[in-house]
Amino acid sequence: MLGIFRRLALAFPIAVGVSVVCFALVYIAPGDPLETVVPSDATAATIAVIKHAYGFDKPLAIQYLIWLGRVLHGNLGISIATNRPVSLEVGEALVNTLRLVALAMPAALIIGYAMGVAAARYPGRMLDRIVSGLAMFGISLPNYWVGVVLVIVFAVQWPLLPATGMAPIAPGSIGMFNWSDLRFMILPAISLALIPTGIIARSTRAAVLDVLSQDFVLTLRAKGLDEEAITRHVLRNALPQVIAVVALQFGYLMGGSILVETVFSWPGTGYLLGYAIQNRDVPLLQGIVLVLSMIFVVTNLIADLLQVRVDPRLRRG
Amino acid sequence: MKSDSFSSNHRWLRTLLLLSVAVSAADVSVAHAQGVLKIGMTASDLPITTGNPDQGFEGYRFVGYNLYDSLVEWDLSSATKPSVLVPGLATSWHVDPNDNKRWIFNLRQGVKWDDGCPFVASDVVWNLAHLTDPKSAQYYAAEAAQASSYLTNYASSEAIDDHTVAITTKRVDSLFPYEISYILLVSPCRAKALNYNWQDFANHPSGTGPYLFSREIPHQEMDLVPNKNYWNKARIPKQDKVELFPMPDPATRTAALLSGQVNWIEAPDPDSARRLKAAGMQIITNTYPHNWDYQLNFVKSPFTDIRVRQAANYAINRADMKALLDGMMIEGYSTVPPSTPYYGHPVEYKFDPAKATALLKQAGCYPCNVVFGISSSGSGQMQSLSMNELVKEQLDAVGFNVKLDTMDWNQLLAVGRNGVDKYPNLSAINISHQSQDPFDALIRLVSTSQWAPHGSNWGHYSNKDADALITQIYGEFDAQKRTALLAKLNELMNVQAMQIFVAYDVNPRALSPNVHGFVQAQSWFQDITSVTISP
Repeated sequence: MLGIFRRLALAFPIAVGVSVVCFALVYIAPGDPLETVVPSDATAATIAVIKHAYGFDKPLAIQYLIWLGRVLHGNLGISIATNRPVSLEVGEALVNTLRLVALAMPAALIIGYAMGVAAARYPGRMLDRIVSGLAMFGISLPNYWVGVVLVIVFAVQWPLLPATGMAPIAPGSIGMFNWSDLRFMILPAISLALIPTGIIARSTRAAVLDVLSQDFVLTLRAKGLDEEAITRHVLRNALPQVIAVVALQFGYLMGGSILVETVFSWPGTGYLLGYAIQNRDVPLLQGIVLVLSMIFVVTNLIADLLQVRVDPRLRRG
Repeated sequence: MKSDSFSSNHRWLRTLLLLSVAVSAADVSVAHAQGVLKIGMTASDLPITTGNPDQGFEGYRFVGYNLYDSLVEWDLSSATKPSVLVPGLATSWHVDPNDNKRWIFNLRQGVKWDDGCPFVASDVVWNLAHLTDPKSAQYYAAEAAQASSYLTNYASSEAIDDHTVAITTKRVDSLFPYEISYILLVSPCRAKALNYNWQDFANHPSGTGPYLFSREIPHQEMDLVPNKNYWNKARIPKQDKVELFPMPDPATRTAALLSGQVNWIEAPDPDSARRLKAAGMQIITNTYPHNWDYQLNFVKSPFTDIRVRQAANYAINRADMKALLDGMMIEGYSTVPPSTPYYGHPVEYKFDPAKATALLKQAGCYPCNVVFGISSSGSGQMQSLSMNELVKEQLDAVGFNVKLDTMDWNQLLAVGRNGVDKYPNLSAINISHQSQDPFDALIRLVSTSQWAPHGSNWGHYSNKDADALITQIYGEFDAQKRTALLAKLNELMNVQAMQIFVAYDVNPRALSPNVHGFVQAQSWFQDITSVTISP
């Protein structure tokens, strides 16, 4: 229990560190937070008035401290570009991305895990080569390109699924259990699932092969255990590594994919992040980076706890 | 066994087929919903609804001028003649005979805000304070920012009576009606009822425009419905509803149109346009005041020499550029298209590579090293990279040695805004611009008073004759005489070869075959009220 609190406590400086780096990067990058707010031909005097109104005339350190003070009170500020509370923007985007992740992640886990185990069971054989090839294919193909191809095939050539957008899901509804909502999610979820599927397949293959080469497997075989029982032992021993990879992939997916979400006009975290960067929307960028970094930290924390649960040897470490 | 398997497969196939048909039917019913105009915009987000919108002029086109009106508006009824100013919420306007800095606007009577309050002169005064006076309760920084460039010359306003308002400018300004045409008026009643909470106002906007706000799903969709009580009966919308979708990716817009998710898309790229045409879509283009050119550095050589500027213009093979864009441009020889009333008879630098090389040699700049600041993409930048590559190729062929400094769009905007002093190593920048009114088309590019960062004269061009002409233009209240002066200014700008003129955009958009009645005006703004959608 103490360990959990320690990890949680460590998450805070990590989040602050991330926000400082992000804040600094936004200002080092060319452009100005007010670029999108004021017309391109606004005069310097006009910009000065608007800068003052937004508080951008204060020194950077002061701006950062003001922001940090607000965050500690649970207020992520107001987006410059949309004039909506950042917490609302980030919350809605997270829910939208979660809708895709809820489809993409289980699919990636089941398919990737099955592929990895199958490949590891027959190393060097045709099945292994096919699976490894497919996994590499999934990792290497740009997922936004796959998205465009899927749209051309399944929305334009055969109009089975919508090309873009998200169904107007009612607030509070999960929007995944009826076809009219679900059909909007299928193509982006497939595009998103490609990379994690490939990575999980390759990691699972490596982990299972690693365990298979260990002495205890030889001992089990020498003791005359059947292959099914041996496989059970091997999979259980390979699980901690797979959990770590899955947790990382979950974190990546929750960060959204700027390109996939742009191709599908899906208003998730990737879209919002791209939007904030493009618009130099500092409060929005700060808010979303902070929340996403916290998701990464929490996901990894959960993964660590799960690993310990699955493999008690790790507790000693 | 084989038979069973076949039968099972057959059933499976039949089910799949039925499912496909059912899904397709559902899609079709969505696509062809009676009278719903579904527009895929190029904007990365939905425009704000609190008055003057963001998302550039696309925001004005689909949200601003649909929810709101301005005192003076643009005539969008003709595809064959340039758009001109027409009465909006003001039925007429004139400059005060006793004070040429004071404009009198006679307001339209009987107009109501869609919240039911009557539209009166004090509302105009209230709106101008909302945009310019940080001390007023209704001041809103985000809106002030949007409107800032159009109110630089605004000094004060007063309601003379309920239906007459006087607006005073800081200096004599015969072009003020153009500037006020960009100022959209919002309902003071609604703003007060919402305690000036502009976030709430965004969700419950109230104006006098031809459409009413129906709903917005943030970042996804905005729905507008006809305002059946619109004061201009000829422009009461003929559709049931307009749905707006932000779709910044051109491939996404194309797919959405082809799949029937939308029935109208903005700016298909030339490659997509071919495909859309083949699929039976209407590709509509027209001349419009959108200039794709290069602003030059007049502080540091080589463009300080007029011969180098002329050489660059002679080197451009605009026909090749047009072929590159599959015909989706008009060859550009001036800052305004030839249909503009003040185009005049400017010298046109037709493609003449031999002359270009000779001029460079005369100027002693051969090879002539230049650096162009360009963006990889950006609002209104057309096919930025391929167009810039072709320009480089053409200029290099006559003796230039062009280096393209490619940057992010926001960075290029900052370069444009800050002016040549901060970026002396750039010989030119490529920021396309709108040339819809005389100030934007000509004055801001040449006036010494508009030197960046105070204005848009990026390269710090200065010419006493041009400045004198501009003073005359601002002081000339006779429209015909003013047009003649503006034509003279345009001709002077061409004689000076003060830009590298390349292309005018043609504002392409693709419409489903069942979309009817659209007249594409020669303007950045468009009237969609006349559009109908057949089943």
